[in-house]
Amino acid sequence: MKFETPAGRNPIDQGRVVGQRHSRIDGSLKVSGLAPYAHEYHAEVPGVAYGVMVGAGIGKGKITAIDTTRAEAAPGVLLVMTYKNAPKQYGIGHAPPGSPPPAKGEKPGQFNAPQLQGPEIRHYDQSVAFVVAESFEQARDAAQLVRISYAATAGKFDLAAEKQRGTVPEDAPDSDIGDFDKAFAAAPAKVDVTYTTPDQAHSMMEPQASIARWDGDELTLWTSHQIIHWAVQGVAGTLGIPADKVRVVSAYIGGGFGSKLMIYGDPILAALAAKKLDRPIKVALTRPQIYNHTSHRPATIQRLRLAADKRGKLLAIGHDVWCGNQKGGEPEKAADQTKLLYAGANRLLRTRQALLDLPLGASMRAPGEAVGLLALECAMDELAETLGLDPIDFRILNDTQFDPEKGPERPFSSRHLVECLRTGAEKFGWSKRNAKPGMVRDGRWLVGIGVASAIRNNLTMASGARVHLAGDGVLTIQTQMTDIGTGSYTILAQIGAEMLGLPMDKVRVELGDSRFPQSAGSGGSWGANSASAGLFYACENLRAAIAARAGYNSSDTSFADGRISANGNSRRIADIAGKDGISAEGKVEFGDLTERYAQAAFGAHFAEVAVDSVTAEVRVRRMLSVCSAGRIINPQTARSQCLGGMTMGIGAALMEEQQVDTRFGYFVNHDLAEYQVPVHADIPDMDVIFLDKVDDKSSPIKAMGVGELGICGVGAAVANAVYNATGARVRDYPLTLDKIMVKMAV
Amino acid sequence: MKAFTYERATSPADAAAAVAATPGARFIAGGTNLLDLMKLRIETPGHLVDINHIGLDRIEVMADGRLRIGALVRNTDLAADKRVRRDYAVLSRALLAGASAQLRNKATTAGNLLQRTRCHYFYDATKPCNKRVPGSGCAALGGINRNLGVLGTSDQCIATHPSDMAVAMRALDASVETVAPDGTTRAIPIADFHLLPGTTPHIETALQPGELITGVVLPAPLGGRHVYRKVRDRASYAFAVVSVAAVVAPGGTRLAFGGLAPRPWRVEAAETQAERGGEAVAEVVLAGAKPTEQNRFKLPLVTRLLTSVLADS
Amino acid sequence: MTRREAIAVGGAAVATATTAQAAGGAPEAPAPALVEVTLRVNGRAQPLRIDPRVTLLDALREHLHLTGTKKGCDHGQCGACTVTVEGRRINSCLSLAVMHDGDSIGTIEGLGRPGKLHPMQAAFVAHDGFQCGYCTPGQICSAVAMLDEIKAGIPSHVTADLMQVSFSDDEVRERMSGNICRCAAYPNIVAAIRDVQSAKS
Repeated sequence: MKFETPAGRNPIDQGRVVGQRHSRIDGSLKVSGLAPYAHEYHAEVPGVAYGVMVGAGIGKGKITAIDTTRAEAAPGVLLVMTYKNAPKQYGIGHAPPGSPPPAKGEKPGQFNAPQLQGPEIRHYDQSVAFVVAESFEQARDAAQLVRISYAATAGKFDLAAEKQRGTVPEDAPDSDIGDFDKAFAAAPAKVDVTYTTPDQAHSMMEPQASIARWDGDELTLWTSHQIIHWAVQGVAGTLGIPADKVRVVSAYIGGGFGSKLMIYGDPILAALAAKKLDRPIKVALTRPQIYNHTSHRPATIQRLRLAADKRGKLLAIGHDVWCGNQKGGEPEKAADQTKLLYAGANRLLRTRQALLDLPLGASMRAPGEAVGLLALECAMDELAETLGLDPIDFRILNDTQFDPEKGPERPFSSRHLVECLRTGAEKFGWSKRNAKPGMVRDGRWLVGIGVASAIRNNLTMASGARVHLAGDGVLTIQTQMTDIGTGSYTILAQIGAEMLGLPMDKVRVELGDSRFPQSAGSGGSWGANSASAGLFYACENLRAAIAARAGYNSSDTSFADGRISANGNSRRIADIAGKDGISAEGKVEFGDLTERYAQAAFGAHFAEVAVDSVTAEVRVRRMLSVCSAGRIINPQTARSQCLGGMTMGIGAALMEEQQVDTRFGYFVNHDLAEYQVPVHADIPDMDVIFLDKVDDKSSPIKAMGVGELGICGVGAAVANAVYNATGARVRDYPLTLDKIMVKMAV
Repeated sequence: MKAFTYERATSPADAAAAVAATPGARFIAGGTNLLDLMKLRIETPGHLVDINHIGLDRIEVMADGRLRIGALVRNTDLAADKRVRRDYAVLSRALLAGASAQLRNKATTAGNLLQRTRCHYFYDATKPCNKRVPGSGCAALGGINRNLGVLGTSDQCIATHPSDMAVAMRALDASVETVAPDGTTRAIPIADFHLLPGTTPHIETALQPGELITGVVLPAPLGGRHVYRKVRDRASYAFAVVSVAAVVAPGGTRLAFGGLAPRPWRVEAAETQAERGGEAVAEVVLAGAKPTEQNRFKLPLVTRLLTSVLADS
Repeated sequence: MTRREAIAVGGAAVATATTAQAAGGAPEAPAPALVEVTLRVNGRAQPLRIDPRVTLLDALREHLHLTGTKKGCDHGQCGACTVTVEGRRINSCLSLAVMHDGDSIGTIEGLGRPGKLHPMQAAFVAHDGFQCGYCTPGQICSAVAMLDEIKAGIPSHVTADLMQVSFSDDEVRERMSGNICRCAAYPNIVAAIRDVQSAKS
């Protein structure tokens, strides 16, 4: 079904199950260790051999010699694969044979990831060998015996040095509205500040891992991937086999955050070796390999020029972004939120992307906004201070109800930023804030509070589902949709229960298998809304089929308490399903509502920090996020998503940074001890408030994603709080103690 | 991880003899650092002698009032020992500031002293490191070195010793007791236990091949106020950026530092300046410091810490 | 640093890479004999013949197929592999199985199962103390052992008076810091533990 007109009233609006708090239906499996992740299919795949990948020891250059003699002679070794004996594979540009032509905006074979195809090294820890042995210990040992010599060549590893050679990315053209230069020059109040954000790593807890098994010419991959059909496309395309010969299973995924949207070495190497050895192969990337072999959030340099009139109305908004990536890699669109967040007649947004030889930069939780807001929302505070305005008043003054680039003809589908700010201000006690920095002391701690606006573009994706009602009254939902911790299992059960009038314990959900209907998958916060919408239409079709089989007029049926009712008649739907059951499929496709309306989720983040007046260590004392993201399908799992985003935002503000050694061209701190993410002791009790305003233009569910909204702006709220506490304005993320200490007045 | 053979020793003498008898053999106790490094093939023992069953797991008050800590006393047990909490609080505090509960439950007193540096390049087998491969060079000089040393370093190595426990022990003037393969025992003052890198950064301690640490002896209780302040980039489960162990006692002030040098750092001459305040002490402690651009901040940080710690007393 | 220096250093790296990866020099020794180990896992004796290099974690996951214990980093940096040995929580990735011959090992599978969850497992479900679930068994095993540590009077970094140990949210946060949750269910985990603690006392 194409969703192209605003949704009317529908069964989801009943709010009997949807919108209610439900514990995760997969919860008891997860807490008892029984939910199987990619590496854990012992019963299904007996007799595996173990693979260990060897990564390149240089950042750029060429392999000059490989000696596999010792590795091959090591006990238990079955195969040592290098570019010299790896099968030919296919790169980007090669769709799986028999594929339909790519959709608009898609490149054929865009997810392909060939491994071991030649001596060239394009980034550190690129796969250079794959060692398979009877046991993991033997494979790891032999992998360490592969001798590789390289000729390193000079690479481009330093964004600051390369930024001037940046070019305009194809999908981030300049936006030049009004006359920015003139307006900025003439304005009475302005800031011109440059912020930098570092490379960041997803650092999800489950490493990328795969088990590959061939049955004839059919490959089954148990792997950890956020979007099943992308995995199928990438693997089939790389191997040059039809997509219907590849089955991908990702039933449980140990965290994603964007790290499992692409194909890396593990599924490809496992599939190739399994074919060669005619035996199932299992491999997980090692934790140190993850940081340089896979992708990361790329660093940015951002110049913000904001100007306002004396009352605080923004006159000019300039946002210049410099980022870098490998050839073919995407830009970090850090100016995206600046298009929509505030009013202002003169706007200049520019992105320049330089070529870098670092590992591939790609999506990490809220690509674009997450780092763009780190700069924009601090610059807004800087201008508010220049104007002598309260940061919240300043933001409210510059609210807009339509796309400021396009004008009133493109209104927001819904926008409650002002309410988020006001609600949060009241709940957080904003009025007690001392606007003058460095004034509040608590023993040896300096205390401050900060705020930032949040915005995350609402993305949608076609999504399908299959539903089956059995004679015992159990509804089974099948879709390729994944649950990366987001709560998909639970919210889809809620949609099914709501639509069919069933209790939650009569609904089963099966996810993450390419044998199920293609779905949106988990990425860009589109999953919950899109997959629920696809399921909604599948359930509508099932309702119609039940009604038809019952002989009811389907236009005025209702489903409740396990029964269908119409015109005073009522029957148990289990009885109608009978022993063969009754099935339906459905799919959502999205029309042009996202073009006609600006669609985004909004929020406001509030942080209170304490900064040690001696050491400049920062501790977050409390946080509140007020979110408006359409209908909240499950307030419990949605709240958890926000808490996760807030915590990752605290990490981005205070500690997360992949340190680049520009001599060797790699991320030096490539493990969980040295790439620091927040631990329990860093995170206080935090609060989340949902405004729960439905948005009838987002989908029939009237929902939006919250998983990324939770991180957008958080780091800036923390940085603004650090400034309020200390008077130290650090514009180089993360705000580590060394940077704060030198700027602290005391 | 290179293949190895494994045996369980039953007594300290048995263990020392077993390691001496087998080339490439190593003791393994908690394993929390050794196994970490073996997985990366940075440590490559061919034989492991498991010393977890040889005793040495008790904490005893000696006749002269000193406290002997068995080499295999786990970090958790040492930190929780009532005598240590009461009389050597700086040691409890230092231990509890380190690692995680899980690691402290396994890590031993001797193993903690023998921890190897967390320098990024030491951990990267593809990069030059004089400590890992003598003569290969030091990638940390001119590399990412924010967390590395400013004192006692050399042009061959600027690694720091990562232990918190050892910093407290240095402030307490502990003594490390050992047994050699031939059965002879000796006591090494902790000041002499860890070596500076000089031109041999791969030689980190005064231990001879096969020599086994049997215990650590603390002097009789010093009294006074005990402080361990650890500065780090997150609130827990992180190595020190800088730390200070302070014992402010009637008999004088003792100050030792972590995160600054290849060994727990203490400058006794500086302690006599304590009454003149943190800056005066820091001036002596930091004399001759050779910071890099990235870790220069450690100098003012030490000064601020000292000023704060001494002002509180 | 100048470009020329960078290239020179790069050259050094090449030499080192070769040297390091050739460490040892001599031909590989034959595989050492497998060793006999009996682990007592969740109360049941589990005899194994294994390579001495097998960690306790891999013995559980790959040999006993008890995959509830997770491998997040394999280097003691995340806590996903937390199990108890003789009642004490440790990182099973940094211990060899052979070192635990005869030891009692407690894993998540021994705590409870669906329909018969341990109170800590049930509290995690009730408070949404997890999202992706990968760190969860480690968090739960850690939490159960952590409450025992408080009860036993073991102090922590945030214990104000080392001689007085008691339960508090800050104590929980510090003591659980060896278990990283990237989904960041931290506040919910603390709430779950608080519930279990108050039900106990």
